[in-house]
Amino acid sequence: MLDNLNLLIQAPVLNIQLLLDGVLIGSIFALAAYGLALVWGVMNVKNLAQGDFVIMGGYIAYWFTKQDIHPILALPVAAVLMFGFGWACYRFIIRRVIGKDLFISLLATFGLALVVQQLLNLIFGSEVQTADAGFKTRFLFDGQVTVSDTKFIALLLAGALAASVVVFMKRSRMGQSIRATAQDARAARVLGVNTDRVYAFTFALNAAICGAAGVLISMIWNIQPYYGIVHSIRSFIIVVFTGLGNLPGVIVTALGLGVAEQFSGFVLGAELQVASVVCMLVLVLIWRQIQQARLRQVVE
Amino acid sequence: MVKSLFFASYGVVLLLLSFSGAFARRRATTTTIYVAILMLGLLGPMVLGDFTFQLTVLWMMILFALTWDIMGGQMGYNSLGNIFFFGAGMYISAVVQIAVVYDVAEYTASFGAIQISFTEAQYFTGLMLGMIAAALGAVVLAVLLGSAVFGLRGPYFAIGTLGLALAAGELVGTWEYVGGGGGISMPVYPGDPDERARVFYFLIFTASISTFLFLKWLYSTRFGLAINAIRDSENKAEAMGIHTRRYKTVAWSVAAFFLGLTGAVFGNMVGFIEPLEVAFPTITFGIFMVAMSLLGGKGTLWGPVIGAILFHYIKELTWAHLLGWQWVALGTIIVVNVVFFQQGILGWIQDRWPEKFGVMVEPGAGDDGGKSVGAELGKTAP
Amino acid sequence: MSTMIDVRGVSKSFGGVVANHDISLKVPEGGITGLIGPNGSGKTTLFNTIVGTHPVDSGSIFFEGKEISKLTVQKIARLGLLRTFQQTHIYGQMNCVQNMLVSVPHRKEAFLDIFKKYPPEVYERADELLEFVGLFSKRKLQAGDLSFGQQKLLEFAMALMNDPKVLLLDEPTAGINPTLINGLIDRLKRANQELGITLFVIEHNMRVIMNLAENIYCLAHGELLAEGTPESIQNDQRVIDAYLGAH
Repeated sequence: MLDNLNLLIQAPVLNIQLLLDGVLIGSIFALAAYGLALVWGVMNVKNLAQGDFVIMGGYIAYWFTKQDIHPILALPVAAVLMFGFGWACYRFIIRRVIGKDLFISLLATFGLALVVQQLLNLIFGSEVQTADAGFKTRFLFDGQVTVSDTKFIALLLAGALAASVVVFMKRSRMGQSIRATAQDARAARVLGVNTDRVYAFTFALNAAICGAAGVLISMIWNIQPYYGIVHSIRSFIIVVFTGLGNLPGVIVTALGLGVAEQFSGFVLGAELQVASVVCMLVLVLIWRQIQQARLRQVVE
Repeated sequence: MVKSLFFASYGVVLLLLSFSGAFARRRATTTTIYVAILMLGLLGPMVLGDFTFQLTVLWMMILFALTWDIMGGQMGYNSLGNIFFFGAGMYISAVVQIAVVYDVAEYTASFGAIQISFTEAQYFTGLMLGMIAAALGAVVLAVLLGSAVFGLRGPYFAIGTLGLALAAGELVGTWEYVGGGGGISMPVYPGDPDERARVFYFLIFTASISTFLFLKWLYSTRFGLAINAIRDSENKAEAMGIHTRRYKTVAWSVAAFFLGLTGAVFGNMVGFIEPLEVAFPTITFGIFMVAMSLLGGKGTLWGPVIGAILFHYIKELTWAHLLGWQWVALGTIIVVNVVFFQQGILGWIQDRWPEKFGVMVEPGAGDDGGKSVGAELGKTAP
Repeated sequence: MSTMIDVRGVSKSFGGVVANHDISLKVPEGGITGLIGPNGSGKTTLFNTIVGTHPVDSGSIFFEGKEISKLTVQKIARLGLLRTFQQTHIYGQMNCVQNMLVSVPHRKEAFLDIFKKYPPEVYERADELLEFVGLFSKRKLQAGDLSFGQQKLLEFAMALMNDPKVLLLDEPTAGINPTLINGLIDRLKRANQELGITLFVIEHNMRVIMNLAENIYCLAHGELLAEGTPESIQNDQRVIDAYLGAH
C-alpha cells in the first residue's frame, strides 16, 4: 500500500489519470444518485433496489452486444424498458407500502433487489460482463494518461440525460406536478393533482434514469448480478452527504466519490474496492450524526 | 420419503405447540407446552438422525428471529446488520480455539496444510473458551458499534447496520491473520460424525431455548416496557427522562451475546469459515432474520418462533423442489410478506381477535379485577 | 418564593426566521404562570428551548438556579422539568397502565434497576393517577385507541407519574370538549396545590388562562410584549392590539 502511495507522489501524472477516471465515472454515479433523491424526496421511499435497476440497464446493453448491435443504441431502449418496469414495480409493490412504516418500504425495495439479483444471475450467469463499445482510446501527456473515447461519450450522454431531466422537471406539466407533490402531497391532491400517477411516474422515471446509467456503466466499466448493492450504496452515500433538493451538490459529491474510489482503489488495491465504498457509507452516516448532534437532533 | 414426512411432521408439531404457547393463559398449559417442546427438541436427532443438520439450522433460525426481534420488533430499531455479531463470534471463537494450541497466523497462512489434532480435552476446552470469548466479544462490539449508529433512526439505522455487516464481510476477507478470503479451516472434531452432529445440535438447541427463556423473562421486567416505549415514541421517552441510550445498548448487547455464541458453534459445525458465505451472509441470512420475525409477527415473543419455523420449512421446500429458482422464490415470498402481510401471523390474529391477547377494545367493558398488566401476547405468562 | 425557571435574554432563530428574541421571564415556585400570545409568536419554540429540544442562540436558562441551556432533553427531564405536547405524545401500542408504569421517574434509576419488575406501590400510584384524571375505567385500553381528549388526559397523568417539579403544558385544553374543560382546569389546580407542582401553561383559551394563572406573560412576534396579573393583562392595550392585529 505504501508503495502505491509512493508511486502517486513520484509520478504526478498518475494523479491526473485517477482524477480523470474518477470524474468520468462519477458523472454516472450522479445520475443514479439523482434518481434516488427524486424518489426519496417525492414519495419518501428509500429505494434499496436502485443499484439493481442500474445493473438491469447494464444487462440490456450487454444483450445488445450479444446481438451484435452497438450498445449505445441500448440507451433509449433501456430507458423505455426500465420505465415500464418501474411503473410495474410501483403498481404492484411500492404503491402498497408508501404510507406505511418507513422500514417496510425499505424492506420491500430490498426484497425487490434480491429478486432482481437472483433473476439476473439465473438469466445471465454470474460472470462479470462488459458491453464493449469499441471506441478508440486516446492518449494524453505523451501516452501516460489514457482516456477511452467511450468514457468521454458516456460523460456527454450522462450530461445530456441529466440536462433533459432537469428541463423536464422545470418546464413540463408532469414535472411541475412532481415538484408540487414533493413539497406537500396533500395540498397537491386537493388542488387536483393525481398523486398516485405522479408517484408512479416518478418511480418509473427513476428506473429509466437508472437503466440509462446502467448502459453507460456497462460500456465503461463492468456489471455483475451482485454488483447492484454497491451501486445502491454509492447513491445513498451521495444523497445522505448532500441532502435532498440540492442537484449541484449531488453532482459535485458524485464526482468526488468517483475520484475517491479511484484513489483508494489504487492505493489500497482492488480487493478493498467494495470494502472502501461500504466504509465510506458508514463514515458518512457517522459524520451526519455528529452534525445533527450539534443541533441536538438525530438522523431521521 | 417417509423420513421427509417425519421431518415435516416434526415441524408441524413444533408449529402447533408454538401457536398454543402463544395463546395459552394458564400456567399448567404453558408448562406442558414447554415440556413438550423440550422433549421434541431432545428427541429430534434420535428420531430424525439424517436430518440433524436441518434441525440444527431450524433452531438456529429461531434464535436468529428472536434476537432480531429484540431490536426490531420490541424496540423499533430495525437492524439489517445483526449478522455482524454472528460472524464476529464465529471468527473470535476460531481464533481462540486455534490459539489454544497453535500460532494463529502460521495456521491461517498454511491454508489448511497444517492439521491440528486435538485431544478431546483440548478440543472441548478450546470450544468452551471460544464460545465464551465469542459471546463476550460480541457484546463488547455491540457496545462500541452502538455509539457509532445509535444516533440514526428508522431507515438510516437499517442502512447503517447493513453497511456495518457488509463492511465486516469485506474487510475480514482481506485480513490475513484470520485467513483473508480463503477463510479458516476449523479444528477437527475428535469423534465420529454422528456424535459430532448431535453435539452441535444440542449446543445450538440449548442456545435457542436459553434465548427464548431469557427473553421471556426480560420482556416481563421494566426493560420490556421501556423498549416498547422507545418503539412507540422515542421522543416522548426521552422527554420523560428515560435513559434511552442505556436501553438501546443493552438490547443490542443481548442480541449480540446470543448471536455471537451461535456463530461460534455454527463455525465449528460447518468446519470451514469463509467471510462472505459462512460468517457474514448479510443479504441472505441477515435478511432472513427480518423476514422470519415479520412473517410470524414482530413485537411478540412467539411470533418470531412461528415465523422461523414456517420460513425454515418453506426454505427447505423451495430448495428441494425449485432448485435453481430457490432464491428467486424466497425473495418473492419476502416481498409478498412485506407488502401484503406486514403484521405477520400473530399480528393478523391480534387484529381479528384482540381479546385473545388481553387487549381491551370495548371501552369500560367491566373491570377484569386484577393488576395483571401484561396479558398482551407473549409478554408475560399469567 | 424562589424562582423555578429563570429565562434570561434567550434568542432562537431558525434559518432566517427569528422565533424568539431576547426573552426574559421567571416562573416562580409553586405557582401557575401563563404564556399567551397570538399564533406564531414563539410560545412553543420557547417551551422547546427551555426543555432542551434545541440549543439556544444566545442567553441562558436556569432551573432551580442551575444552568440548563446546554443540557439534553433527557437530562433536563430527569431534573424534574417536564412538558406535554400540543399533539399528544403517548405510547400508542401499550395500554394506559403500561404508559403510566413506564413513566416512573428515571432520575435515580441504577443500571440493574432495568431488570427489576415494578413494585405494587407503582401499580397503585398508576391506578390512583388514572383515577385522578378520570381514565380508570379505560385503563386497559390501548393508548392509541383513545380519543384525542382522553390521550391528553393520559399524557397529563403520565407527567404526574413522573413526579415533576415543574410541568410545562402546551395548550392543555385545545381540542377538548368545552364541557370537559372545567374538569381539566380543576385537575390542573389540584395538581398544583396538592402535589406542589409548578405549572407553566401556554393557552389560547382566555377564560381558562385568566382563571388559572397568577402571573401571565404575553409574547408577540417572538418578543416579550407584556407581563402581569390576569386583570392587568386583560386590560393591557398592547395585548389587545397584538391579538386583534392592529400592529
